[in-house]
Amino acid sequence: MLQVQGVHTFYGRIEALRGVDIDVKEGEIVALIGANGAGKSTLLMTICGSPRAAEGRVVFDGQDITRRPTHEIMRSGIAHAPEGRRIFPRMTVLENLQMGALAAKPEHFNEDMERVFGLFPILKSRQGQRGGTLSGGEQQMLAIARALMSRPRLLLLDEPSLGLAPMIVKHIFQIIRDINRATRATIFLVEQNAFHALKLAHRGYVMVNGKITMAGTGQELLANREVRAAYLEGGH
Amino acid sequence: MAEATVNTSAAPAAATGARAHEPSFVYLVKDALATGAIALALAFPLVGFRTVDRGSTTIIETRFGQMFLGVAVIALGRFAFSLIDAGYARAILAGSGVLSVAWLLLVAVDPGGAAIFPLGWMSWMLVVSVALRAAYVSWGDRSEARGDAVSPGDRVAATVQRLAVFFGPVLLLFAIAMPLLPMADQRWVDLGILVLTYVMLGWGLNVVVGLAGLLDLGYVAFYAVGAYSYAIIAKTFGLNFWEALPMAGGLAAMFGVLLGFPVLRLRGDYLAIVTLGFGEIVRVVLLNWNELSNGPKGIGEIPRPSFFGMPFTPAPPQGVTSFHQWFSAHLWEIGFSPIQRAVYLYYIILLLALLTNIFTLRIRKLPIGRAWEALREDEIACRALGINPTNTKLTAFAIGAMFGGFAGSFFATRQGFISPESFNFIESAIILAIVVLGGMGSQIGVVIASIVLIGGPEWFRDLESYRMLAFGGLMVLIMIWRPQGLLAFREPTILLKPKAGPP
Ligand SMILES: Nc1ncnc2c1ncn2[C@@H]1O[C@H](COP(=O)(O)OP(=O)(O)OP(=O)(O)O)[C@@H](O)[C@H]1O
Ligand SMILES: [Mg+2]
Repeated sequence: MLQVQGVHTFYGRIEALRGVDIDVKEGEIVALIGANGAGKSTLLMTICGSPRAAEGRVVFDGQDITRRPTHEIMRSGIAHAPEGRRIFPRMTVLENLQMGALAAKPEHFNEDMERVFGLFPILKSRQGQRGGTLSGGEQQMLAIARALMSRPRLLLLDEPSLGLAPMIVKHIFQIIRDINRATRATIFLVEQNAFHALKLAHRGYVMVNGKITMAGTGQELLANREVRAAYLEGGH
Repeated sequence: MAEATVNTSAAPAAATGARAHEPSFVYLVKDALATGAIALALAFPLVGFRTVDRGSTTIIETRFGQMFLGVAVIALGRFAFSLIDAGYARAILAGSGVLSVAWLLLVAVDPGGAAIFPLGWMSWMLVVSVALRAAYVSWGDRSEARGDAVSPGDRVAATVQRLAVFFGPVLLLFAIAMPLLPMADQRWVDLGILVLTYVMLGWGLNVVVGLAGLLDLGYVAFYAVGAYSYAIIAKTFGLNFWEALPMAGGLAAMFGVLLGFPVLRLRGDYLAIVTLGFGEIVRVVLLNWNELSNGPKGIGEIPRPSFFGMPFTPAPPQGVTSFHQWFSAHLWEIGFSPIQRAVYLYYIILLLALLTNIFTLRIRKLPIGRAWEALREDEIACRALGINPTNTKLTAFAIGAMFGGFAGSFFATRQGFISPESFNFIESAIILAIVVLGGMGSQIGVVIASIVLIGGPEWFRDLESYRMLAFGGLMVLIMIWRPQGLLAFREPTILLKPKAGPP
């Protein structure tokens, strides 16, 4: 469904991605783990077209989307929940969801809203509250819910567990699995929390300094000694 | 939570009247003197001397009396303010309250009495501002001690916003009825037109600044483009107001896009600087392009509006019925009076302003309007949601500019004469001040701010040369108490259950 082929991305003269190859198949959950500054967020943003890949191709559903404008990519079935949530703080929960639905047909709005309220009941009870006054976990749920409102076939999640308590992290990962099962949406997930991410994912990639160094099923990577030493030691 | 904070050192102090620490009077006096010294250094060249034209020569006069008076006021004010902050708010409040009331009583007994005081009404305003600050500090501290998250100002603003549902129609009814009220003389109607013009400009700029969050310091450019387009189109092609209006608005919108393109990637301060430059460029071009704009002499004899083709003149040319003749023939007998045209102009600008408002209220609920607001909040998130920032910004500039153009056309037809003089930066600043003071994005806030900022200087007219000073003082006060604007309280555009308001 999504192929990233030999992608290089630059910030000025800094080469953040140095030839990345990724393959995400329909219906999968794929996790990408790596240290800070490895280039994980950059990869997700490059898929969305900003910044643009200097070399290589991004193919979605058999179509080359490398040079398409970002807003068109985001309307072609890809949704991105960016790093740091980035919900609209002065808008209410409901308005945030409405913004997420801009790329979808308006007649789906009520149905989709019921669906995300089913996944995140807390948001239903907070629908009139301003986004900026939600707790961190609620904001993360809102960010995912907002991304879901555009009916994506591919959902890109950037560190959904960022800054959340272990209980909430578990809950969020449970919901991600539910989304994958219920809506058949393909999920490409970037995570620091390697343990949870690899347990959840069908397959995983490890990124070091802008390059993919390892790939395999979630179980394989979890069992791998290098992965354990680099990303899992010191508790999860 | 309240019990937990009692043990910290600040909490008991706050509870016992905010006496945070024992002030050292020596220190406060020194501080006040230092403030006075700085004021003196500034005032000596600025206030101490002034140049007077005496026939062919210019002489320099000294004004040391006024200078020392002003410096003394500043030092005393500083002393009063530091006493307030040092925990003597109540005492200062009592003192300044008594003083200001006594002042008023004195003037009430002898209306000329204000003249005894060196600064006239200004001295009263100064004392009152000290009293207000003292009241604010003593009250503000109390609400903090109670642990209220929402300040009293916010609560008032939220209430006003909610009351706007009733308040708005009342205000509208008043606006409709105003010219027909017995007290409405020429001065009232003219003031009404002026305020409504700025309400319309404020509402137009609100689209750009309030909704889309693009700080535009050159809005007057579109006002100017609208005015000149109307004047030139109407004069060259002999079109009437309603025919030329859409063209002038369209031209202004095109200028909006023209400004929008180069500033697409700019935000905040940089955007403000470029838009400011744009406003100046338009004015300078109008000043110098003699063939088009007639330069500094301006354009005169701009067609005045007519009522369905009937002019507002005492003696119309042969074959033309003027408004008062038609009115006398069909309804009841009236003579000609210049106020008839003023009232008609008043209703035109009321209509245009209402159009702007209705349009903005509607568009906020449409995808494009929501995209504007989202863009103001977070551009990166907007991109991630499939919003095209380029188109979104350009439409905001274009629509804001279009309303500015409409207002400009109205200005031209009302004045009958325009020149680049009328489109200075100060106009942009006033319009922006209206939007900011109203609370960015608040429609009713713009109305209140226009009444205060445009009507205010008129009411302060009795203060004569201190008028602008009083006006500036008022702005400073608003900035102290409501830096986020009078009504910075955003109404959600969508509620599932109509009753479920924001918590
Ligand atoms: N806008 C930018 N301008 C310049 N350099 C950037 C920019 N954004 C990221 N970088 C650099 O690119 C590299 C990769 O950054 P990226 O945000 O993709 O890392 P990451 O893997 O997501 O890290 P983290 O886990 O900390 O979020 C880093 O070295 C970073 O400093
Ligand atoms: Mg990152």
